[in-house]
Amino acid sequence: MKAKPRSLLAIESLDSRQILDILALARRMNPARPRTTLRGRRIALLFYENSTRTRTSFEIAAKSLGASTVVIHATTASIEKGESLKDTGRTLQSIVDAIVMRHPSSGAPVLLSRLIDIPIINAGDGMHAHPSQGLLDAFTILNHKKSLKGLKIVTIGDIFHSRVARSDAHLFSKLGARVVFCGPDVLLPNTATALAPGVEIVRDMETALKGADVVMMLRVQQERLQGMQINVDEYIRRYQLTASRLKLAKKDAIVMHPGPMIRGMEMTDEVADCKQSVVLEQVLNGVKVRMAILQTILGGRR
Amino acid sequence: MSTLLLYGGHLIDPAAGVDAPADLVLKDGKVVEVAAPGKTKTVADEKLNLKGLIVAPGFIDLHVHLREPGQTHKESIATGTAAAAAGGFTSVCAMPNTRPVNDSPAVTRWMQDAERGAVVNVFPIAAATLGSQGEKLSDYQALRQAGAVALSDDGKPILDDHIMREALALAAKVGLTVIQHAEDTKISGTHPMNEGVTSFALGLRGQPTASEWQMVERDVRLASQEGGRLHVAHVSTGKSLEMVRLGRASKVAVTAEVAPHHFLFTEEACADYDTRYKMNPPLRSKADREAILRGIADGTVDAIATDHAPHALYEKEIEFDKAAFGITGLEVAVAASLTALVHEKLITLKRLVEMLSTNPAKIVGLKGRGTLAVGSVADVTIFDPKKRWIYDVEKTRSRAKNCPYGGMTFKGKVRATIVGGKVVFSEL
Repeated sequence: MKAKPRSLLAIESLDSRQILDILALARRMNPARPRTTLRGRRIALLFYENSTRTRTSFEIAAKSLGASTVVIHATTASIEKGESLKDTGRTLQSIVDAIVMRHPSSGAPVLLSRLIDIPIINAGDGMHAHPSQGLLDAFTILNHKKSLKGLKIVTIGDIFHSRVARSDAHLFSKLGARVVFCGPDVLLPNTATALAPGVEIVRDMETALKGADVVMMLRVQQERLQGMQINVDEYIRRYQLTASRLKLAKKDAIVMHPGPMIRGMEMTDEVADCKQSVVLEQVLNGVKVRMAILQTILGGRR
Repeated sequence: MSTLLLYGGHLIDPAAGVDAPADLVLKDGKVVEVAAPGKTKTVADEKLNLKGLIVAPGFIDLHVHLREPGQTHKESIATGTAAAAAGGFTSVCAMPNTRPVNDSPAVTRWMQDAERGAVVNVFPIAAATLGSQGEKLSDYQALRQAGAVALSDDGKPILDDHIMREALALAAKVGLTVIQHAEDTKISGTHPMNEGVTSFALGLRGQPTASEWQMVERDVRLASQEGGRLHVAHVSTGKSLEMVRLGRASKVAVTAEVAPHHFLFTEEACADYDTRYKMNPPLRSKADREAILRGIADGTVDAIATDHAPHALYEKEIEFDKAAFGITGLEVAVAASLTALVHEKLITLKRLVEMLSTNPAKIVGLKGRGTLAVGSVADVTIFDPKKRWIYDVEKTRSRAKNCPYGGMTFKGKVRATIVGGKVVFSEL
């Protein structure tokens, strides 16, 4: 068994034991019953990219453990004036105990972790990774399924631009699930199958959905398309999750979405609000899992 | 000037058909005598014992960024050529993406001025179009007279078919080679690495190989129509070499160079977002690397060139997608080639000398260089093909340290570099 992770940069560096430990700890966490285990610890939330859900989630998680937080946005004076990530990180290092970081460039947290010595928690970097989301998705699935082993988890939509899809695939693969990616060529290159063991591509949505235990829908990230042409009508016709399509999945299948969700695009209102949808549960679980992440990385470390 | 005797070494001069022990006498910047060991007649006042070493016509790097004028925080002509000397290069061809862009006889002359403090020969490659904007040709005749040895918009490929056609035609008339950085930027998007399994996993956008080979295909086609000499810079894909082969089969005057990093590394080296492995063209797949090695072995590749691209630390120690493209390589290219090509039995020492000296001299038409026949310029590279050493990038003569070779062990080391009869680097 590996030691407790020092930073959380990506799921790839965790083994299944470490993953299960964090998930087990998350089950004991509840923001409605705050703890003081991280009292006196200072956590910087360094956000180079806008985020409501993840930032709020980490902030509440940190405070629910008694830590104090400071939010730093990319619009912060020094960053806007052109300060490098290295210098921002070094400055923060002398005043905080850990950095939770969101950055539009893939690999930025990996770079920062090489440059400074305090723990870095990746809260999403470019198209690369979003490990806390991967953990909370696994946590949510485990609230409904006994284990991930052998589950058919279908992820549909804009996989190319999705750090969630990558982190999820690594995590689900490590816990023994079958990961099926589904989407059009431009949003899902064939190279995706090499991401982790057990990842496959099924282009036809109906075929992909057959017998699925979990359906993970992704938003088309219009802001990252960079000239790629997506015909919206065509996309909806081929990849929108409708009530009738959902019937192809197992009866007890759950529908997930990392948000933000665009109703009418990747799924209909009907599906978004149906009983099988666990989208809102994901949000609450996000806080618990992030409490567990912060506790794991910062707890007992002085 | 003194007379220098080089004795005891093994001379490899492919242009002169020599691969045997021989002594040489250098005088007044020229080779004045080549003779069997101990048989020289000229009286020398200085002697160098080169026992166990290879003596070769000075190595010529066709692709170097010296960054001067304008970007001396990265490199200068003095520091870049000092690195070249330590790496065994007696001549470097300097790319024109300086500030200002070298598209004028004035800049071309300025770069060759003795005041720049060059340690080895600097042969400017002038911009093929004004400002390397790809719109209007520069004055090839005047640039040639000022000392430019080739034309290129390196880093900014000439995309417009019509302009490339004009460039090839005019260069042919003037007698200069057009060097193309083959990259269709509309396809590549100048993304930070190769498109493939690794780029997907890293969440980085990738350059497909087609952005390179389709441009080579086009350039070969235009060269076949316009005549003239086309040289493809830093080939990184197997398919580009296919295009070169096809061109040659139909008698197009096309040559190709590869950079050591493309035969040493693959895209997987980027897996940790290490910007020391970020360059353009990017490191490619294993299959492409193998195709490059085949091209070196079968003669498709004419030259090894470094694409020495120095940058300041602050331009590299940043986010992978924002970091500058390029790595330094002057000090290790010869050692890396000996290690990965000669000692791996892919090519002979003679073929290595061809790729580092004989052929580059021909490609840019450097008269009296690329050979050590009597009467030629006394540019000599002396190396020990077997010496093992570890490259310490902290001690580099270059101003920049953006180099993945630091800490690597090589077999084969340059021991002395002689430019115009003068020893400019020696570890003898």
